[in-house]
Amino acid sequence: MELYVALKVTWALLLGILLTGIAIMVGMDMGVGTLLRFVGRSDGERRTALAIIGPHWDGNQVWFILGGGTIFAAFPTLYATSFSTFYIVMILLLFSMIMRPVAFEYRSKVDASRWREAWDWAFLISGALPMTIYGAAFGNVLQGVGFHFGWDGQYYQNESFIWYLANPFALMCGILSLSLAIYQGGAMLMIRGEGVIAERARRYAICSGAVAAILFVAGGIWVQFIKGFMFAQPADPGMAATPLNGPLVLMRTGAWMNNFHIYPLLWLLPALGLVSMITGSLSLIARKPILGWWLGATAWIGTIFTAGGAMFPFLMPSSTAPSESLTVWNASGSEYNLGWMLVFAVAFIPAILSYTTWAFRVMRGKVHTEIVIADEHSY
Amino acid sequence: MINPTVVDLSRLQFALTALYHFLFVPLTLGMTFILAAMETVYVITGKQIYKDMTQFWGKLFGINFAIGVATGLTMEFEFGTNWSMYSHFVGDVFGTPLAIEGLMAFFMESTFVGLMFFGWGRLSRGAHLAVTFLVALGSNLSALWILIANGFMQDPVGASFDPKTMRMQFRSFGALVFSPDAQAKFVHTTLAGFVTGAMFVMGVSAYYLLRKQHREFAARSFRMAALFGIISSLAVVTLGDALGRLDFLVQPTKLAAMEGIWHTSKPPYAPWKIFAIPDDKTQKDLFNVSIPYVLTPLVAHDFTSPIPGVDALEHSARAKVIKGIKAVVALKAYGATRNPAALAAFRANESDMGYGFLAQRYAPDQDLSKITVQNLPSIVQKAARDTIPNVFVEFWSFRLMVLLGFVFVVVFAFCAYYSLRNELEKHPLLLKAAAWAIPLPVLACEFGWITAENGRQPWTVFGWLPTFQSASSHDVGYMVFSLVGFAFLYSLFIAAELYLMFKFARLGPVQHITPTSHAPAFVQPVFGQPGFTDKSWANKSWQ
Ligand code: HDD
Ligand code: HEM
Ligand code: HEM
Repeated sequence: MELYVALKVTWALLLGILLTGIAIMVGMDMGVGTLLRFVGRSDGERRTALAIIGPHWDGNQVWFILGGGTIFAAFPTLYATSFSTFYIVMILLLFSMIMRPVAFEYRSKVDASRWREAWDWAFLISGALPMTIYGAAFGNVLQGVGFHFGWDGQYYQNESFIWYLANPFALMCGILSLSLAIYQGGAMLMIRGEGVIAERARRYAICSGAVAAILFVAGGIWVQFIKGFMFAQPADPGMAATPLNGPLVLMRTGAWMNNFHIYPLLWLLPALGLVSMITGSLSLIARKPILGWWLGATAWIGTIFTAGGAMFPFLMPSSTAPSESLTVWNASGSEYNLGWMLVFAVAFIPAILSYTTWAFRVMRGKVHTEIVIADEHSY
Repeated sequence: MINPTVVDLSRLQFALTALYHFLFVPLTLGMTFILAAMETVYVITGKQIYKDMTQFWGKLFGINFAIGVATGLTMEFEFGTNWSMYSHFVGDVFGTPLAIEGLMAFFMESTFVGLMFFGWGRLSRGAHLAVTFLVALGSNLSALWILIANGFMQDPVGASFDPKTMRMQFRSFGALVFSPDAQAKFVHTTLAGFVTGAMFVMGVSAYYLLRKQHREFAARSFRMAALFGIISSLAVVTLGDALGRLDFLVQPTKLAAMEGIWHTSKPPYAPWKIFAIPDDKTQKDLFNVSIPYVLTPLVAHDFTSPIPGVDALEHSARAKVIKGIKAVVALKAYGATRNPAALAAFRANESDMGYGFLAQRYAPDQDLSKITVQNLPSIVQKAARDTIPNVFVEFWSFRLMVLLGFVFVVVFAFCAYYSLRNELEKHPLLLKAAAWAIPLPVLACEFGWITAENGRQPWTVFGWLPTFQSASSHDVGYMVFSLVGFAFLYSLFIAAELYLMFKFARLGPVQHITPTSHAPAFVQPVFGQPGFTDKSWANKSWQ
């Protein structure tokens, strides 16, 4: 395989890994944020729930920032086009996300119940909304998005943003994503919380795992009936990175199953997702939250890579100008750029994983409500 | 068709959100190092007071940090949401430092900041100190990579335009990273952050000294900050001079606007204007006070280089616009037909392509192929005029930054001197000045960015891509929606921030009763919080 093609494929894979990293780590924190008002009935309990992820949420959030940076650098036209066509949705995501850092830092610094109640609502919104939008974005992309390009590479939108918010398939994907996030957050609350907090979290997490499994199966069936995208003739993976003058792309019902027909091994991915969701809930029923947490992570891997495996090499297909669809072949950075980025990724990702693990090790152990209440430093 | 209102609103939104982000960044850059210095003294001497200092200033740091993070998220999104053509055009080069910033800097800073706040009872002294240093290193590395990205917009080195993909492609990593503009900017900006942090610590300490509270604590904090401040403020001025010279070399239009030079003069006559009211419409000063023969040695560092004025720059831009129009017309033809003749025509005028884009907005229907012999002169005239940034804004934002820079040197010099002689309390006026000066470095930073970014106009990528061309093709309604939302949220944030800052600064550090430095922080609160003693309230159910 030509070097450029190898780099394109590697970066598509790394993009998948990053999206999974975001889902697991940021999703966990957002799950806790969503559950905050439900697992914590008193102020002390809520502070305990926050203290459980308190030392890590900022580090986890960088997965999200890195996801943005990576799409920008490795797939510039995808970054430009997706963030702009989804503008209103993206801005809603952003508004909800920027409340979170402030909520963590400010909530417990003023001793008034109205102040704290207000920030607790901010946690609910900034947890549930972004994770729903995250999943809904996948749902929208699977159905194709309405856009085309001008001669200079500028995108033009052909659809109303309302569709992105009110599209039933996308909404289902959004709820699937939210359920997995609540599951992951609940598992974390069980690992480091005790007493009522862990008990309440356990109930929510078990139900979310079950809901996720049902939606995942439903989504799999639904996909058979939506129009997928495919090249009319095999495309040249080494093509120049431009969405213009590309090969012909067709929209066909069930086309998203093509990759599964050609490579039956891909069926392992949805299997991994579904089995993880079910055994995950079972392990929480058996009060094995650490196992449950890891099964939540594999559930995300299964889900995201199932979507990616079905679409590959499409990244963001266009429903109004299918031949201008963005793919791994035509939306990527240059060979030189992808090469340098790979050097940095290889050098830094292992370092990041090891110091993140160390940080979790340093802060391990149960969080006790009495100590949190007595500690003015705590969130 | 590009809608000028959308472009203007996008510019407004970007300018406001970036200026807002940068209200908090300088303090982060400076405070992390000051905290690391304080903690180092604690680890070496083992004196509890330095630990108290680290924790107290750390708490104020945390209040500021949270909004820095929140508003930084906005910045990371905004290139994609609002500047789609820009992101498509330079993402291959510009996205890379941003991605590396995440990998190398944000991850480190954000992971360790959690341990810095919550790890006191769980890490050995040495390990905690290392964590604090890694936070400081991380925040400054993030500044490095973002400024490398910004340096590329100011002086696009290390990349070239590729007609096949219609975008700039990355060619040289070394050139990008070691761009003189990026490097000088990095040092100047981090030093500006140190000045901001030092002024903050010094000012708050001065407030305690004035009120004769926490005297030991305040005197020590004051002295460290004053010494930190005098060194960094001198260095900021030095690097500022270097930046001015770089502008002279690579962005002459920015320099002409900064210094308000309308006309080119014979070297070394060029006058340095102390005060002026530049009028952009007539390209004249309504009023000015200037000293001749000063500017040439000041910016060129010699007596023979001519300093081009607005008149000469506009004149030379006209020829470029004409060539640029040819380049863009050929490029469009090549894009549609992949015809080698069109490519050759493009190559002949390639280097002025950006100037062709600049003319696009004045062409009939924004289509360069509709330019005729009749309308060409007026289009060229307008496009050439656009190459000059707003002189009034540029002149004054630069003047105010420089003025503040010298004010800081003076304030820090006096403060350091009297602090070393232990005579601070005899000079309440100086202490008052120090307290009132807290917001001034932030102001200087904002003026600095206005100088840098307004002076780059009309380009997002200097000489290659005009701002007008860079924005997303949105509806005006989209922009109104996001602007209103930002205005609302950001106002709430700043109100909450200032409230907490004042509250905790007034409260001050609370002295230890039993100085057992090894007791875990959560067993022994260092800062009492009046009004939070009734623990039963905390457990009360709200449902
Ligand atoms: C405490 C803040 C502070 C102070 C006292 C100064 N600066 Fe500054 N300046 C900045 C904070 C700053 C900044 C916010 O950090 C900027 C914005 C962009 C940048 O790179 O740094 C900047 C930009 C900036 C630029 C524009 C760079 C460009 O074109 O991109 C110039 C020419 C100077 N500075 C020059 C000076 C001089 C001659 C000073 C002498 C007194 C000075 N600055 C003091
Ligand atoms: C945080 C400090 C910064 C501040 C305060 C700041 C300020 C500004 C201002 C005032 C403008 C408006 C200029 C105009 O339209 O007249 C602007 C534009 C812009 N800046 Fe910055 N800037 C900052 C850093 C950066 C950095 C680091 C980058 C890139 C890495 C950048 C990229 C841009 C872009 C893309 C625009 C929009 C296009 C334009 O109007 O030129 N800015 N910024
Ligand atoms: C306009 C371009 C900019 C972008 C895209 C941007 C991006 C970001 C992001 C995403 C964060 C949050 C990081 C986190 O969660 O930990 C952040 C915070 C920060 N940024 Fe910016 N920033 C910009 C301008 C600047 C400039 C010009 C500087 C420095 C000179 C700077 C330095 C910092 C620092 C020190 C923080 C503190 C918080 C942190 O790193 O966590 N930023 N920025």
